[in-house]
Amino acid sequence: MQRFILRRLGVFVLVVWLASTVNFIVPRLAPVNPIRERLLQAVSQGGAAKSDLEQVVAYYEAKFGLDQPLWKQYLNFLWDMLRLDFGVSIANFPAKAMDIILRALPWTLVFLTVAVLIAFAVGTFLGALIAWPRAPRFLQFLVAPLLTLSAIPYYLLGLVLIFLLAFTWRIFPMGGGYDLGLVPKLDLAFLANAAKHSILPALSIVLSGIGSWALGMRGMMVSTLGEDYIALAEAKGLAGREVFMRYAVRNALLPQTTSLALSMGTVAAGAVIVEVVFGYPGVGTILYQAIRSFDYFVIYGVVMMIIVSIGLVTFALDVLYPVLDPRISYERK
Amino acid sequence: MAARPARDISLIRRHPQLITGLAILLVLIVIGPVGSLFVDTKEAKVGAALPDLPPSARYPLGTDTYGRNLLPMLFLGTPQTIKIGLLAGAIGLGVGIILGFVAGYTGGIVDNIIRGAADILLTVPGLLLLVVIAVSIKGTVSVNMMAIVVSILAWMWPTRTIRAQVLTLREREFVRMAKLGGMKGAEIIVRELVPNLLPYLASSFVGAVASAILATIGLEALGLGPQNQPTLGMTIYWALYYTAVLRGLWWWWAPPIVIIVLTFMGLFLVSAGLDQIANPRLRRLT
Repeated sequence: MQRFILRRLGVFVLVVWLASTVNFIVPRLAPVNPIRERLLQAVSQGGAAKSDLEQVVAYYEAKFGLDQPLWKQYLNFLWDMLRLDFGVSIANFPAKAMDIILRALPWTLVFLTVAVLIAFAVGTFLGALIAWPRAPRFLQFLVAPLLTLSAIPYYLLGLVLIFLLAFTWRIFPMGGGYDLGLVPKLDLAFLANAAKHSILPALSIVLSGIGSWALGMRGMMVSTLGEDYIALAEAKGLAGREVFMRYAVRNALLPQTTSLALSMGTVAAGAVIVEVVFGYPGVGTILYQAIRSFDYFVIYGVVMMIIVSIGLVTFALDVLYPVLDPRISYERK
Repeated sequence: MAARPARDISLIRRHPQLITGLAILLVLIVIGPVGSLFVDTKEAKVGAALPDLPPSARYPLGTDTYGRNLLPMLFLGTPQTIKIGLLAGAIGLGVGIILGFVAGYTGGIVDNIIRGAADILLTVPGLLLLVVIAVSIKGTVSVNMMAIVVSILAWMWPTRTIRAQVLTLREREFVRMAKLGGMKGAEIIVRELVPNLLPYLASSFVGAVASAILATIGLEALGLGPQNQPTLGMTIYWALYYTAVLRGLWWWWAPPIVIIVLTFMGLFLVSAGLDQIANPRLRRLT
């Protein structure tokens, strides 16, 4: 077990290193370094913030000093990434990129976790029921609409939901994370307001997620139901519900957990754009604004933070896996 | 003569998903070039009409805030998006075939590295790595460049699928017979393994195309697409940019969404159909 955790930790470190390296190499591969270009362009346009921008340039030169040898720049860069120091925002100068990201990160984490868990739980349970011969027949008719919904990327479904439930019938707010006049603080009124704003974005992830989870679970259930131990459990005269939950679902659930770990990356990437569509105050919106103003340090920072967070989540899921499935022991390998 | 139609019908009956999916995709591929014959594609340019007009007989899908006629935009954009998907899917499959065969056939350390790389990259939010690459490309992005960017992360599933299949095929009797008969590694791969893998290759290709289109539209929605091409994703980007949803301009964003959904459904049906062919045991289950 310890060896497995260590190896899995190694993979996590590898992912972080890989992402940092991409962030380091890609701008330098371009014929003209885009960051330098952007800074010079900003300086030449001048304006009120000129002295600020010159400071950014000075900062950039000092940090990525092109006079230094490449390997030294690279090591400096890795060290900065390790300390989660992504540099300063070009668009909002003295602000550090990390501070901007940290303000948005809790929104994304809470929102994404809740939405993904709901989609996973509902979809998995539904898929199990659809495969269960004794479940109500009408569930079968859910398959086609759910499949259609899962063919829509989250953010496009989000657009449709805003149009229907916020624009046409004004049930939910059209976007944002909370009402404009409110000041973010941890009290009941604010949380309720924030929750109301999160329902539609979450719904777009849940609705289009349920279909694929249900489909995956149905497939697993079908092959599990063919196993001898199910026949034995039924022959023993166990109650149908017990066979369903403790024999069929429990075993079919395990591969689902693996695909949850595998899909976290895609889900997070889709959620980033959901935030853009809804103007939700999470890292996705920060990323979108940074892309529009070519705020490179913030872009790289957001990308790193999401990759690190998703890396941690998949790590946690992988470590939990043997706990869920006693048949798996990593020691023997 | 009479036997032929009967066989076609039984083909549809045997593989309904595959045929339906292929039919949807065919319509989507043809709709652009054929539609362009009936409308004036010059009206897809900025300022060709009054802005924000709702659908009418003159402008069947209305116009956008730039005064572009949206129907020709859709006819021009759909083939572009499909082209990106097919191109990136082909590159992804090509890389996947090479890596999958090398990994599955050589085994050992090479296999560990390739499989490890594919597994690790699958868990990373790939779209975000593509964002880093796309923002660093200077100047306007072309449709071809878009395809190349997206294909960078389209090879992992094909690699995994093909590697797994090669592993199971490698130990089969006919491969051993070929080996005993004195065939070389490359010859075995081409003459014995590839024909057995065709359904898997096809389904990997479809998967790679789907993930490439998904990634393209994601990048485009973030504003990192080909700025002067009316691809489906760029149309959605401009609609978002000008808050078309909140202004009730549904005709701007709804048609591209419909096309995108149809594309994904078509691809899904084709891949489900191919799975049935590749794995006949599934047939009884569905």
